[in-house]
Amino acid sequence: MKTTKWIFPLALMLALTLAATGCKHKPGPVTKLPGTRSGMMGDGSGEGTKPGASFDPNAGGPVQTGGGQTANAEDFENMTMDRAALAAHTLHFAFDSAAIKSSEMASLEAVAAALKSDSSAKLLIEGGCDERGTEEYNRSLGERRALAAREALAKDGVDPSRIRTISYGKDKPADPGHDEAAWAKNRRAEFVLLHPKAGV
Amino acid sequence: MKNTFLFSINIGLLGLLAIAAPESSRAQNEINIQSEITVMGRAKPVPVSLEGFTGEAAEVLRFDLWVQGFSFVAPDAAQYRISGSGSGSVQGRVIDAISKQTKFSRSYTGATLRKQAHAFADDIVETITGKKGIGQTKVAFKAQSPGGAGEIYIADFDGHNPQAVTRDNAIVAAPAWAPGRALFYTSYEPGNPDIFYHNLSNGERRIVAKFSGLNTSAAISPDGTRMALILSKSGSPDVWVCGVDGSHLKQLTATPVDESSPCWSPDGQWICFATKMGERRVLAKVPAGGGAAQRIPTSGVSNPTEPDWSPDGKWIAFTSQMGGFDICLVPAAGGAATVLVAGEDPSWSPNSRTLVCTRRAGGRYTLSVLDAMTKQVKDIGRISGNDSQPAWAK
Repeated sequence: MKTTKWIFPLALMLALTLAATGCKHKPGPVTKLPGTRSGMMGDGSGEGTKPGASFDPNAGGPVQTGGGQTANAEDFENMTMDRAALAAHTLHFAFDSAAIKSSEMASLEAVAAALKSDSSAKLLIEGGCDERGTEEYNRSLGERRALAAREALAKDGVDPSRIRTISYGKDKPADPGHDEAAWAKNRRAEFVLLHPKAGV
Repeated sequence: MKNTFLFSINIGLLGLLAIAAPESSRAQNEINIQSEITVMGRAKPVPVSLEGFTGEAAEVLRFDLWVQGFSFVAPDAAQYRISGSGSGSVQGRVIDAISKQTKFSRSYTGATLRKQAHAFADDIVETITGKKGIGQTKVAFKAQSPGGAGEIYIADFDGHNPQAVTRDNAIVAAPAWAPGRALFYTSYEPGNPDIFYHNLSNGERRIVAKFSGLNTSAAISPDGTRMALILSKSGSPDVWVCGVDGSHLKQLTATPVDESSPCWSPDGQWICFATKMGERRVLAKVPAGGGAAQRIPTSGVSNPTEPDWSPDGKWIAFTSQMGGFDICLVPAAGGAATVLVAGEDPSWSPNSRTLVCTRRAGGRYTLSVLDAMTKQVKDIGRISGNDSQPAWAK
């Protein structure tokens, strides 16, 4: 009983110290994604905090797919996907990490060069994970990997508004195996070059 | 000088005692929580006997009672004797084996035999435990084929009567219930992961979040007015909150690491989520109106993700990953975690003791229903493929 009265204030001080030091660590910068897609239904802003359309469960009609989306000029629509062009430059990541390895800088430079040499091209970065993580955690981690690649390309001089990201979490493994060789292939960011459709 | 020294020691002690002053009422609360901690995962099931039931009625009674913390014994070993019949319609009585009192005797008609048996099971649970049964509740989940595409389903909590909600053959994820027969879920059908609202009564649906990048993990506040979600449009997957119609969007976390799986406290004041602090996976919570995030410690287990807050506010269930995946509980304020069973992605039923989760069996995912107090568990039927990400309608 006596000792617990000492432990509580000491624990409080320790907790405050840990909380303070926990806030100091600040990993690298993040760049905002292109705000070209409409954010919320009926609200063209895609950003900030102004109120959107009021909720009417009978409004809106059926969901439109692909190029049928109205009111948002989707910069990335009407483009063809070329997976082969940059397939050799897929980035791979350590387990549970979105840090780009220094050994992969050459791949990033090749991707940057491809975008710099063709001003009409855009890029889709697909992030993926191995199966050793829970589903939504992996969906967020895959997105973080794609975003890390995008930031690296932005640092290399590529306009980030030309780059879209999509995470598949662990839904689309490159290798369906259940060993380290397969898992290593699945922890990745793949680059898909996008070209405007001819005649568009 | 000695007096001054003692004086300062005394002042110091008084200072510490002042900080520790609320000790006694806190100790009282700690005692209450402590007794529940010893019960979760270690409670004895209530032993009952079942006499006279066959076929589907027996099957429903055995399932419902098992996952709400009852076990089945011979009549002379039972605390309650449950007898009756289930051919044609269900009728039954419950007798307290010690006092010999008949607790109730009832017959059920209408609807289906299954529903009658569920209603009888609910009456048994409520009579014996005082808590409402879960026999008529529903779960939503996703069923995924190996290529990644799948559909959202809803089913009875025991896996029966599954119905597909979507028909898109697209990658789907993270179904979440809203009050009033509506679901929110993530679908890649538009070519990007977007969050859909889907009215189950009339089948109408619309996209409520379609920002660039990731839109996923919708969670609806208990009062049905707000949605927490994960968006990456700021440059990193963060927790955001808005009205269920997408209005008044507000960013709640702004970290360069990846947040995931927001869930609401039952009073709507907090949003708990998975994140990283100092390179380690942790659970944290943030005030739903904005403010600083606080870590929720989960001592004894590591790599917590996929939190879900119990409807009574006392517990957070989550997945921990230490080699395999385990369903764990921690008191809502954080503390020592209890490991329950192997599995992932727990979702609480309205009774704050039964959970639905998914578990890997032979490389595939199958849904399981688990009583957190006794650890009694039962797999529920599978649609083809991998069934995961279950959500229990409250």
